[in-house]
Amino acid sequence: MENQTTPTPTKNGVNVEAILQARTILEDAPQAADFIWKASSEWKGGVHTRTEMNGYFGLGEEHKRKQTFVSETDHPEVFAAPDSAPTPVELVLSGLAGCLVAGVASVAENRGIQLNSVTATLEGNMNLFGILGIDSSTRNGFSAVRVHFDIDADASREDIQALVAQSQKRSAVFDIITNPTNVFVDVTC
Amino acid sequence: MRRTTTIIIGAGQAGLAMSHCLTEQNIDHVVLERGQVANSWRTERWDSLRLLSPNWQTRLPGYADQGSDPDGFRTLGETIALFDGYSSQISAPVETETAVLSAEAFGDGYLVRTTRGDWQCRTLVIATGCMSTPNVPAFSRDLSEGYRTLSSKDYRNPAQIEDGGVLVVGPSASGVQIAQELQRAGRDVVLSVGEHVRLPRTYRGVDILKLMDGAGIFDHTIHEVDDLGRVRRLPSMQLIGSPTRETISLNSLQDQGVEIVGRSMGARDHQIQLSGSLANVCQLADLKMNRLLRTLDDWLAQTDLVNVAEDANTPMPTRLPEMPCLSLDLKARGIKTIIWATGFRPDYSWLNVPVVNGRGRLRHDGGVVDAPGLYAMGLPFMRKRKSNFIDGVADDARALSTHLTTFLAGAAAQAA
Repeated sequence: MENQTTPTPTKNGVNVEAILQARTILEDAPQAADFIWKASSEWKGGVHTRTEMNGYFGLGEEHKRKQTFVSETDHPEVFAAPDSAPTPVELVLSGLAGCLVAGVASVAENRGIQLNSVTATLEGNMNLFGILGIDSSTRNGFSAVRVHFDIDADASREDIQALVAQSQKRSAVFDIITNPTNVFVDVTC
Repeated sequence: MRRTTTIIIGAGQAGLAMSHCLTEQNIDHVVLERGQVANSWRTERWDSLRLLSPNWQTRLPGYADQGSDPDGFRTLGETIALFDGYSSQISAPVETETAVLSAEAFGDGYLVRTTRGDWQCRTLVIATGCMSTPNVPAFSRDLSEGYRTLSSKDYRNPAQIEDGGVLVVGPSASGVQIAQELQRAGRDVVLSVGEHVRLPRTYRGVDILKLMDGAGIFDHTIHEVDDLGRVRRLPSMQLIGSPTRETISLNSLQDQGVEIVGRSMGARDHQIQLSGSLANVCQLADLKMNRLLRTLDDWLAQTDLVNVAEDANTPMPTRLPEMPCLSLDLKARGIKTIIWATGFRPDYSWLNVPVVNGRGRLRHDGGVVDAPGLYAMGLPFMRKRKSNFIDGVADDARALSTHLTTFLAGAAAQAA
């Protein structure tokens, strides 16, 4: 067969070619680009919740995952809870880290930069006056989020800084955290 | 119904340059202009505006006048005079005060309806520019009433703006210039900052546009860039043309008392919700500027340009407020006016030819539009990076007038 594409060897294990191809295809089929991400949770007693993730909508149809993924959330002993799982806000940090690191790897791949190691440490500042209802002018959520990257790559300092900057520009979770989102909640009882 | 071979819509730099090239090729044509020559320059710019590009960088085809000071920046009045002079010198057949109502395929060409009668033509050149409709974000509707909102097109001078606070949205050329003028006039200005293209006015003692021009950056073609969609959407260069060759930047504005905040993302009653991405967009702009300056260093190392300073006076990184504001309370802040300097999009609602894509842009290949005998001029990065600059229309008009002439000859040969 003609036009058969030989896979290009990747530096960081990211299939950038497929991503770029998807971009071209979706530009001509904008409806296919509408995705819905899903999660379903169940209360497990106390402040412990178990959330399952399996199935999302995209490319015009429902998809199943290879397996059902699970995340649990609980709260530490300081909050008078058994500390059986991370807090929901830690999962938010974990989501941001996952998104930014994936972005760094993808951008590096696209720019032909070999990554040797990438670590990120994250901190979210929060004043409990918000969630405890002590002071209505204190917000419930993070007052600031700090991300520190340590990156060893075969590139200049400026090129590595540009990877990190570009990964923020293209990150879904960075956008979710930095920009307002309408949240619609309803209930059946 | 009047007939001509080619109709050019718009008598700005793009339409006039095309007119000159068609005259050179002996193509019978008219230029339809809704107002007077250089209408947008006359009616949609603020009073103190000077061109961003130095006088030498207005190389219109068949026009050598660079003014008495090649390195100066034309005022608005001088810019209008430039186009008036050019139009007379090339004897452009402009039909002024003639607004186009619609254009559609007709016979072997196009039918163009105007406020002053109908025209029939074989080929049609759209030179209406890319700045027809201000991109005012949809969330502006969610604001409480009582705020005066205007676009950069409607802004004229500080006297027009009520005392008190002003929110200027958009950190590109228009936004930073308007913010600076209002802050200097005593208003309390907040500037909302999304992605932008930061540039110093001069680098190593030379005007930045002279360096970029010399290094061939404005001549990059659509075949030389990775992501054409991205470069076509780039905001304007953050520059000002002034007699003192001052650099305007988020740092210089903050020195004058302007507060910078993140990109405006939403509105609720009296609040503007701002993005937490200010640090990121500023760092992106700093990194891209520094990359450009290194490219210019490399070019300078191989060239014999005189009066170049040895020291690389790389601008300081953009200073950020310690904790950028995320929610701007207009009422509490005394802000009564919002100026949207958020860019523009073209208006093709009058064009009844199926050549407009889902995002309202013309389908074209380097200005050759996806319909026989239809052409565009003056669009961002249409053929080269400079396509939407005054200095860029010459190359495009030459190339497209040649294409148009060949098209007409081909059609004639087929008919024979």
